Amino acid sequence: MAVDLPFEKPLIELRDKIEELKKFTEDKGIDMSTEVATLENKAQLLAETIYKELTPWQKVQIARHPDRPTTLDYILGISDDFVEMHGDRNFRDDPAVVGGIARFDGFPITVVGTQKGKGTKDNLYRNFGMAHPEGYRKALRLMKQAEKFRRPLLCFIDTAGAYPGPGAEERGQGEAIARNLIEMAALKIPIVVLVTGEGGSGGALGLGMGDKVLMLEHAWYSVIAPESAAAILWKDATLGQKAADSMGITAQDLYRFHIIDDIIQEPFGGAHRNPAQMIAKVKQAVASSFQELMAYNYEELPALRYEKYRHMGVYTEDTL
Amino acid sequence: MLKDLFPKKKRYATITPHPSSRDKVPEGLMNKCKRCGEILLSKELEKHLKTCPHCGYHFTMTAEERIQVTLDEGSFQAFEDRIHTENPLEFPGYLEKLEKVQETTGMQEGVLSGSGTIAGYPVVVAVMDANFIMGSMGSVVGEKLTRAVERAIELNYPAIIFSVSGGARMQEGIFSLMQMAKVSSALARLAEKGLLYISVLTNPTTGGVTASFAMQGDLNLSEPGAIIGFAGRRVIEPMIRQKLPDEFQTAEFVLEHGMLDQVVHRKDMKPLLATVLSLHAQGGSL
Ligand SMILES: [Zn+2]
Repeated sequence: MAVDLPFEKPLIELRDKIEELKKFTEDKGIDMSTEVATLENKAQLLAETIYKELTPWQKVQIARHPDRPTTLDYILGISDDFVEMHGDRNFRDDPAVVGGIARFDGFPITVVGTQKGKGTKDNLYRNFGMAHPEGYRKALRLMKQAEKFRRPLLCFIDTAGAYPGPGAEERGQGEAIARNLIEMAALKIPIVVLVTGEGGSGGALGLGMGDKVLMLEHAWYSVIAPESAAAILWKDATLGQKAADSMGITAQDLYRFHIIDDIIQEPFGGAHRNPAQMIAKVKQAVASSFQELMAYNYEELPALRYEKYRHMGVYTEDTL
Repeated sequence: MLKDLFPKKKRYATITPHPSSRDKVPEGLMNKCKRCGEILLSKELEKHLKTCPHCGYHFTMTAEERIQVTLDEGSFQAFEDRIHTENPLEFPGYLEKLEKVQETTGMQEGVLSGSGTIAGYPVVVAVMDANFIMGSMGSVVGEKLTRAVERAIELNYPAIIFSVSGGARMQEGIFSLMQMAKVSSALARLAEKGLLYISVLTNPTTGGVTASFAMQGDLNLSEPGAIIGFAGRRVIEPMIRQKLPDEFQTAEFVLEHGMLDQVVHRKDMKPLLATVLSLHAQGGSL
């Protein structure tokens, strides 16, 4: 069953009413087609108003929609011959991160990404897409392997953040993310990063340094999840909406800030309303990003990546 | 004495000792040890490099004090980074807060960086300051650290970063997060050049700083009792509905779990750094 979001309520109510009228027409044999047409028109306008002017907080809710396509949906949807690989070779396999090799447009690539579950049981298995250190270390193992075989790397990000638990701390959550950053900076292969849903803090960045970083239209990416920001700033986690609306976390904000390179438009109402269309658009965007990067000598890519990240940050400088 | 520490040189900015930081431990005043409760004379505390002679508790040091006890006297030359913090998200109250902190600390931002020598070995050193918005990392902190690492590369010097941080500078949002990527990129270049990087994690080093440059050292060192972690205890405890043991995320705990090379008493830090630097000095051959 589809899950509706709070801000969609007026639209849902209107659509229910239309269905009722249609049923009434059928059951009683009274022609209500004019009324139905008027309401359908109204619903269309309402939908456009709602979805074209989504607030950051509404986008956060879309980004978290339980029916939103997951990393595995994208991997299986855009590539062939996916061979999943497991384990960090040190401690265990972290189901919150998936990865492997696949064929994309005929050429082999390495894919990694955070994986949310579908439904409660799967989500518990996937730890709601929140990785432990071994998830980042599995990803790094696959990245280094990609470099060995000179395969382009595609990273998917959809996580509320790295998992904040005692085991994660004991096994070096900070060290795992830190290592990925310094290693990704130096990888001599093209890296394309897609933030498909939630981009939660260091847990997202730990798979997120790339030559092309793209975001889906309603995805968010932030230094801290809105609720956590609210808890710190105003000692009230229920003020997540206020934090979301003021912290500049949408794809549109990040594009404006030159933090990301492009935005992939979502189907009307969000990716979950038409996953097939979303996957096709993602495939197209990934293809053109890789095409652009393939023009470079792989050896040059770390220097280009350096320039890209070197310019991030806002400050003023005195002229001497 | 502080004047001797920061000699005037044309190419470099000079640090004017700020009255408030100089007076932080006024002479003759008593200090109570935060751990054992012993009353300590300020002079005594200074003599022990701001550690408790009774229980070994390590008090917080300002960036200026850290440089004073780490580098050879008179060798420090601060890098002149004439860069200023902005308010990119127009976060309410941010610039006012910043001004207030600049006033009380006498620092422009939360990092003091420069070059100098340790036991005669040249180094680039960057020190974060806990008094500057909890050592949080914004664009200027990230930029200053990146420039320091880039200068180490230019000069062919080893780099040492003393971290202290509550994590990201939330008021700068995504720009703060990206400083992790920026500094890491610079350190990747330093590594590529075969230069030594020593990370010293001081109390507390948490969040995005732990998840980037603080954990990327050829050597990761810390001081006794320093709190080191990614997610803080206050985030984890409600999540697991359990109280975590006192030693959780202490330097000793982190050492035991394999993320640090050594936990070093402050009095032994400089000699250890000198030894490590000497083992990496150029020109040696078997
Ligand atoms: Zn004591």
